[in-house]
Amino acid sequence: MEKYAVYVPRLVKKRENFAPGHRACIGCGEALAVRLAFKALDNNVVVTNATGCIEIIASQLPFTTWHLPWIHTLFENAAAVASGIEAGYKAMKRKGMAVPENAKVVAIGGDGATSDIGLQAISGALERGHDFTYICFDNEAYMNTGIQRSSATPFGAATTTSPAGKKSFGQFSWKKNMPEIAAAHNIPYVATATHGYPFDLMAKVRKAVDTPGPAYVHILSVCPTGWRSATDTVNRQSRLAVQTGVFPLYEVENGQYKMSINLPKLRPVKDYLKIQGRFRHLSDDIIQQIQERVELEYQKLLEKANNVTKRAKSKSKTGTAKASAR
Amino acid sequence: MATRVGIEVSIAIADAVKLANPDVVAAYPITPQTHIVEHLAELVANGELDAEYIPVESEHSAMSACLGSAAAGARTFTATASQGLALMNEVVYVAAPMRLPIIMAVANRALSSPLSIWCDHSDLMSVRDTGWIQIIAENGQQCVDNIICAFRIGEDQRVLLPVMVHLDGFTLTHVIEPITFPEQSDVDKFLPPYKFPMPLNPDKPVAMGDFAPPVIFTETKWAQEMNIRASKKVVVEVWDKYEKAFGRKYSPVEKHHSDGAKVVLMTMGSVGETASVAIDEMRDEGQDVGQIRLRLWRPFPFEELRETLKDTDVLIVLDRAISFGGPGGPVASEVKAAFYDQAKKPRIVSFVGGLGGRDITVAGFKDMVKKGTEIAKSGSKNEYEIYGVRE
Ligand SMILES: Cc1ncc(C[n+]2csc(CCOP(=O)(O)OP(=O)(O)O)c2C)c(N)n1
Ligand code: SF4
Ligand SMILES: [Mg+2]
Repeated sequence: MEKYAVYVPRLVKKRENFAPGHRACIGCGEALAVRLAFKALDNNVVVTNATGCIEIIASQLPFTTWHLPWIHTLFENAAAVASGIEAGYKAMKRKGMAVPENAKVVAIGGDGATSDIGLQAISGALERGHDFTYICFDNEAYMNTGIQRSSATPFGAATTTSPAGKKSFGQFSWKKNMPEIAAAHNIPYVATATHGYPFDLMAKVRKAVDTPGPAYVHILSVCPTGWRSATDTVNRQSRLAVQTGVFPLYEVENGQYKMSINLPKLRPVKDYLKIQGRFRHLSDDIIQQIQERVELEYQKLLEKANNVTKRAKSKSKTGTAKASAR
Repeated sequence: MATRVGIEVSIAIADAVKLANPDVVAAYPITPQTHIVEHLAELVANGELDAEYIPVESEHSAMSACLGSAAAGARTFTATASQGLALMNEVVYVAAPMRLPIIMAVANRALSSPLSIWCDHSDLMSVRDTGWIQIIAENGQQCVDNIICAFRIGEDQRVLLPVMVHLDGFTLTHVIEPITFPEQSDVDKFLPPYKFPMPLNPDKPVAMGDFAPPVIFTETKWAQEMNIRASKKVVVEVWDKYEKAFGRKYSPVEKHHSDGAKVVLMTMGSVGETASVAIDEMRDEGQDVGQIRLRLWRPFPFEELRETLKDTDVLIVLDRAISFGGPGGPVASEVKAAFYDQAKKPRIVSFVGGLGGRDITVAGFKDMVKKGTEIAKSGSKNEYEIYGVRE
């Protein structure tokens, strides 16, 4: 810990783009993740924000938490608004009109804005190849409206619209794999991150924004209010999500998968589930199902990453590009 | 020298947009708007128009991209119709209070269901209260002129509001008309370069689209209302300047032999031309009839309407949309509201017709005026009548 105190100020600049004084709940992992993400960037950034917790806690006429130019219009259209900003700058620059130098467009939204209602607009903007970054701050439910389920809510989690009851164990579907959906658009950069690994998060956001063309970063953001968990353990929860394999950290650069952290052995998912009230009702049977699913998904991901490593190795040995044995 | 050519109205609109030199066009195709955006895409592809054409994946994203581009300070155009306008409805509302002067052509078409690709004004009425300035064009020439005027009106620093130019689907979009095009150099003189006063810019950060608690929301709406009301003066001013530069005159309420006429027929959109043939023939037959056409739908020209109709006994209003379970024709009910507290007012008769592309002929309009006059005399209490419906 002491070492951090010495090194962090040297590694990270002081300037905040997302200032304190906003209205997030105590211990909000999403606000922390947003702060880190934009701390990783300079001030040549334009933010387009979907409706949701982050938008609501950081803007209220006549105040703003943002030191960056910021626009919010609706819930499902942040990526489309980003396309317009990017295209506008591009055209004006070409026509010799005054535009900000080297401005980067970053669209942000929650998991609802991203995996559900805004999926079409995101897909459109990624497919068209706009030079912008989309960051999903995934707190695994519609928190702003009172903890309703989204397609990113994990299997078994109780929310206000997937409550646990006599005939229900909570969320009945498996979490939609949004980073894979983004990667399927063959965009140059996709990454996952979480605030429990702050330097990894910052490096990935920076890389995404510096990548020409569309980039997508999916950031797991612990919401103690919605997850019914302790406010002083948000970073621990975030790290456990990674260490159990529930939320693996990886990058997909030009189609090449790369794991960000080497985990010789995954911790049991129970370690992660048991400290969150939203999973409190789960039977051992359901927990076992989750354990198996997590291992399966993790293995699939490792194979993708390993294939890349193998391919790279075989390529360097022979000096010719061989079709990789799948 | 201005040139006069025979050209499809949709192509002419795209050419008028080109004369205005927009920076961004974001659009999604829908009949009968398609030819407008196809031709714009072609102009961009050929390098004749230096703009970014964003082929978005939906109308919701079309208008959202327009918000972004206008907020970045770019001159922005889009076009849509019917279901497209309905799908983007949520986004259409956002543009005016954010003071983003996006220009949109709407090729008016009925709303489903049943599905109809043909013209009426149900789509137009669905965006009545969105806070956009709304101009109704009646023929191809008016489309071209008003597209150019729309940019100047919307971008005026006293206005900064989005502007819709409505034109009837098929009856205008798909017909070839003789149209006079202004020269590029004259348009450049008429339409100054666009300068948005508060664009998104990291050198001077602004926050746009904050949420408003009850303590301030009402004031934002009041400001918006004052803004659009005040814009009427600028609309008229721009039309006057346009007349001086290009010789064609527009006004919020356009008159056709209505001065002093005891019976006046009121229309909105392309049917106005057929109606005026009917009025001319009736006048030749010695009847005391006239016509007015509404050119400016929002802001609504209350004063102009009262002034124009001060000597009228019977006003017959034709609507191409129904307010279901309500007062019938939306234009008629607006006109009735304009006269409700006036000491002297015409008897107002409301017809709904021309739904989903149904034609009203010259003979039809003559019949409508005759019927309308009879209804006025009879003192009928019917709210309205659907003209020509088989019950
Ligand atoms: C079209 C539309 N539907 C519904 C809403 C209501 N709404 C606002 S924010 C929100 C949930 C946001 O969830 P998410 O995107 O996950 O962000 P979070 O608040 O969890 O950070 C909902 C349902 C809305 N604003 N607009
Ligand atoms: S509900 Fe959750 S995400 Fe929203 S502000 Fe509170 S802690 Fe943060
Ligand atoms: Mg959420």
